[in-house]
Amino acid sequence: MGAATTAGAPLRPAALASDLLRLATAGSVDDGKSTLIGRLLYDSRAILSDQLALLAAASRRRGGDGALDLALLTDGLRAEREQGITIDVAYRSFATPRRRFVIADTPGHVHYTRNMVTGASLADLALVLLDARRGVVEQSRRHAFIASLLRIPHLVVAVNKMDLVAYSEAAFAGIVDEFTQWAGDLAFASVTFVPLSALEGDNVVATSGRMPWYGGPALLPHLESVELELDEGSAARFPVQWVIRAGGDYRGYAGRLAGGTLARGDDVVVLPGERSTRVAAIETFAGAIERAAAPMSVTLRLADELDVSRGDLLCRPDEAPRVVRDLEAEVCWMADGPLAPGSRYLIKHTTRQARVLVGAVHDRVDVHTLERERDPGSLALNDIGRVGLRVTKPLALDRYAENRTTGSFILIDETTNETVGAGMVA
Amino acid sequence: MTATLTHLDVLEAEAIHIFREVAAELERPVLLFSGGKDSVVLLRLAEKAFRPGPFPFPVMHVDTGHNFPEVVAFRDRRIAELGERLIIASVQDSIDVGRVREETGPRASRNRLQTITLLDAIAEHRFDAAFGGARRDEERARAKERIFSFRDDFGQWDPKAQRPEVWSLYNGRVRPGEHVRVFPISNWTELDVWQYIAAEDLELPPMYFAHEREVFARDGMLYAVSPWVERLPGEEPFTASVRYRTVGDMTCTGAVASDAVTLPKVVAEIAATRVTERGETRADDRVSEAAMEDRKREGYF
Ligand SMILES: Nc1nc2c(ncn2[C@@H]2O[C@H](COP(=O)(O)OP(=O)(O)O)[C@@H](O)[C@H]2O)c(=O)[nH]1
Repeated sequence: MGAATTAGAPLRPAALASDLLRLATAGSVDDGKSTLIGRLLYDSRAILSDQLALLAAASRRRGGDGALDLALLTDGLRAEREQGITIDVAYRSFATPRRRFVIADTPGHVHYTRNMVTGASLADLALVLLDARRGVVEQSRRHAFIASLLRIPHLVVAVNKMDLVAYSEAAFAGIVDEFTQWAGDLAFASVTFVPLSALEGDNVVATSGRMPWYGGPALLPHLESVELELDEGSAARFPVQWVIRAGGDYRGYAGRLAGGTLARGDDVVVLPGERSTRVAAIETFAGAIERAAAPMSVTLRLADELDVSRGDLLCRPDEAPRVVRDLEAEVCWMADGPLAPGSRYLIKHTTRQARVLVGAVHDRVDVHTLERERDPGSLALNDIGRVGLRVTKPLALDRYAENRTTGSFILIDETTNETVGAGMVA
Repeated sequence: MTATLTHLDVLEAEAIHIFREVAAELERPVLLFSGGKDSVVLLRLAEKAFRPGPFPFPVMHVDTGHNFPEVVAFRDRRIAELGERLIIASVQDSIDVGRVREETGPRASRNRLQTITLLDAIAEHRFDAAFGGARRDEERARAKERIFSFRDDFGQWDPKAQRPEVWSLYNGRVRPGEHVRVFPISNWTELDVWQYIAAEDLELPPMYFAHEREVFARDGMLYAVSPWVERLPGEEPFTASVRYRTVGDMTCTGAVASDAVTLPKVVAEIAATRVTERGETRADDRVSEAAMEDRKREGYF
């Protein structure tokens, strides 16, 4: 925090590393996702004794054999407990001495796309679970596809229920081969396969003696050591969120770096409009700092008096993004009614809002085959497809592949106020 | 020298971003302040988001009239130091005008009545956003709640109709009469909060540290002896060294036996504890497995 890490001592971007890992989990019903998450929480001692007492009581009511049913830990809402299924994304935290984790657990059966996009949009790592007896099924491919579309850098394929295939190396190797062949062109920085048994605890927290043929780390040590992508290489992006005015002529531009680093003295341009100025100071509550890096929230003072307001973007002059009114994007559609050419929505991109008119719907991903169908006419709930949009005001856009913040947007239906679409700039 | 962003840096940056989004996009936000540790953290985050300017919203306390006097004194002093505006929504007033009826008996509490007072105050001031200090680690229903949690014109939360929340693009659009509850520290844990308080050297009401107090035991918890709690036969008062993990109404907030008189000692105790704060010291959450969910649906914090 300000005082401890940044005041006075300039941050060296090369040394930036976060010890917070955001993890999104996905799996088909009954693959053992709840059991696995329950075990991670339990074995890392994130579950406290009163929760354990509730769990023991609930396990007994379900008529188990007296063993704790770890899956019950993750069923949060009454409707879920009654139906015995999870219906919405659940967020859980746990920590080990090496890293702090936030898990977004996305249920698989209803509103899959909507849930997974919600839970996984910020994730650093996607954990896709599958059942060793069934191998790679359609849903596993869909999960991995959405994870790659969202540009989650790391993928872990957890091959669960190894106890039911006699901890067989051949069964595991077959799954690895099949998945690797299929996933060849998905964009992950790393793909790791871990054979495990969530129920028995094999290869979850510690390496299991029952699978001596497996040379890799158990799941938790892998999660603790995966290298998080550092942002220092990317272009600096600072969307202005809020203008702080205080005594006299004080004007500070508050926001959160959406990429790269900025230092005091840097030349910057304000978009749209390409007005040039210089960073006169970078301020935090704890005092002025020399340099700020994504994802820090800071306040910038500028050398010149310009009319800068919320929705503007500051960046370096030689690294400016496109400023355009027409864009192409992959859109995940999350509303009951269709997304069709000619409809109008609100668009929220970084801190900027405008209206959009939907142009052509170029294609639609068939969620069963993952093939793209040309000119589908419209997108339905949970569909993903390539769409053209025309915006009423220019937006400063990066491709989503280059920046997950300045390359993403949501669509809002002005009549219902619902968030109906999540878009990634192509 | 090497500098790294710790998980607290990242959580802090996220929370500051949320504060500024709400200020920019909603017309009339309010910050709900209970005097407890989570709302003390919220105040610091608001300072980080808006200083050297003023907060672009007032601070509101829902006062049950059964609050710990230390908390009320702390509240008044802290808000005055900050130079911000304090609104007090009083449960006693709601009772006096007949909006709610006081519970009676040894287990009477004004905890549940707060919801009506809170919703009335939100309507009266036409607030369209209310910041709260709830965390997802507190309870299973909260684990599923969004950071921007939409409330209809009855103040109700519908867990099955939550807006998708993608990237950090929050949708706070509401119609007149509706509002959003916003939880900037959703992803923090109790330990994160304590570590942050220590790192920022934040002042807390004194009851968070071990002190001698006259208490009695009920349902495995220690309650303060106060004029608002009737003791049952056999509930003999005694003096013990205790501290609180949460502060709420005196009628439903219990203390834990503790010798931790300083912040580092409290942090060490929390790091070693094996019981959640709500399970250990909140009678309101022990009523049923779905107690929190039910209250949230009605419009509780
Ligand atoms: N044999 C075996 N059973 C498992 C394993 N993991 C989970 N299960 C069982 O599979 C069933 C479904 O697990 P659950 O965690 O509820 O699946 P979810 O629907 O993916 O959350 C339960 O009966 C679990 O006990 C495992 O590693 N081995």
